[in-house]
Amino acid sequence: MTQFIQENGTVIPVTVCELGPCVVVQKKSVEKDGYSALKFGYADAKEKHLVKPIKDDLKKKNLPLKRIFTEVDVFDEALEVGSVVSCTIFAENDVVNVSGVSKGKGFAGVIKRYGFGGGRKTHGSNFHRAPGSIGACAYPSEVWRGKKMPGHYGDKRVTVKNLKVVKVFPERNIILISGAVPGTRNSIITVREK
Amino acid sequence: MDIIQSIEKEIKPVDRKIDFSVGDTVKVHYRIVEGNRERTQIFEGIVIAIDNKGLGKNVTVRKMSFDIGVERIFPIFSPRIAKFEVVRKGKARRAKLYFLRERTGKSAKLREKRGKSGKLGEISVPAEGAPAETSEQGTNPAE
Repeated sequence: MTQFIQENGTVIPVTVCELGPCVVVQKKSVEKDGYSALKFGYADAKEKHLVKPIKDDLKKKNLPLKRIFTEVDVFDEALEVGSVVSCTIFAENDVVNVSGVSKGKGFAGVIKRYGFGGGRKTHGSNFHRAPGSIGACAYPSEVWRGKKMPGHYGDKRVTVKNLKVVKVFPERNIILISGAVPGTRNSIITVREK
Repeated sequence: MDIIQSIEKEIKPVDRKIDFSVGDTVKVHYRIVEGNRERTQIFEGIVIAIDNKGLGKNVTVRKMSFDIGVERIFPIFSPRIAKFEVVRKGKARRAKLYFLRERTGKSAKLREKRGKSGKLGEISVPAEGAPAETSEQGTNPAE
C-alpha cells in the first residue's frame, strides 16, 4: 500500500494492483457445462512449469502459456477465446469488489476471531479471553452446531466490497484501489465491477 | 525497481527535497484555503522528527506557544505546503528529539551549528498562483 495525495492535500490510502493482461481461456456455457462463466489466464509461464493437461489445452487453442487461472461468472458475448482483458475496463471513480485469500492468522481465540468482548483484565478477574459458557443445562444437553469457538482464522477467500478506483495506468496495467484488499503482498486477487 | 516505488514516483504531486535535518528551526509556509481565498500561514518551530515513509514522509515541528507545547506533523509532499524555510541549524545527536517534550525554557534549547555546516539554505516550490497574503502566526487557535 501507499498513499495518493490529491491536489488539495487530502491523502487517500491506496493499494497498487497489477491487473492483467488476462486471456480468455475458456467460455463455459449452460448447455455444455451447466453454468456460464469465463475462464481467464494470467501471468506468463514457462513450458516446463505447466502440467500436461493445461499445457496441451492452451496449445490446442493457440493461446500463450499462463499459470494462474480463475473463473468469473460474468458472460460477455463480445469476448472470444483468446481475447485479452486488461485494467482498461476500469476507470477512475469506479466502484469495485475485490476478492482474494486473506492473510492466515493461525489458531485464533474468540476475541480475535469473532470479536467477543472478553472479561476484565484487573480487579481480581480470573476471566480474560476465554469464550465463556458454550451451552445451557439439561436442555439442550449438547452444544449447538455452529457455536462460535476458537479455531483457524484467515487464509480464506474473502471479498471486500465497494472500493473505489483512484487511478488507472493503462500502459502498465496498474490501478490504484482506495483502501486495503485481501491477502499479502504479491498475492492474487480478482477485481470486478460492482 | 519495485512497482510501488515506481508508482510513487509517478503520483508524487510535488518533487521536494528537504535541506534541513532534525534539530533545525524551520518556518513552514502552509497554504490555507478559506472559501475561494487562499493565504499562507507560517508555523515556526524545531524539527523533532523526520519520518521516512515513502510518499507519506513527514516532519514533526514543535514550538512553544504561550508556554504550551504545540506540535504539528507536515507531510512534505503535500501540495498545501508552499515551502520550508530554515531559520537556524541546531546540533542534535539523535534522530528523534522527543526528550524536548519534557523540557521547557533554556533546557529545551539546542546548540547552534556554526561555520560551514550551519550555513542556511532555502528550498521552495514555485508557487502556482500568487499566495494572497502572509499572516504571521495570527490564526493559530492556540494563540
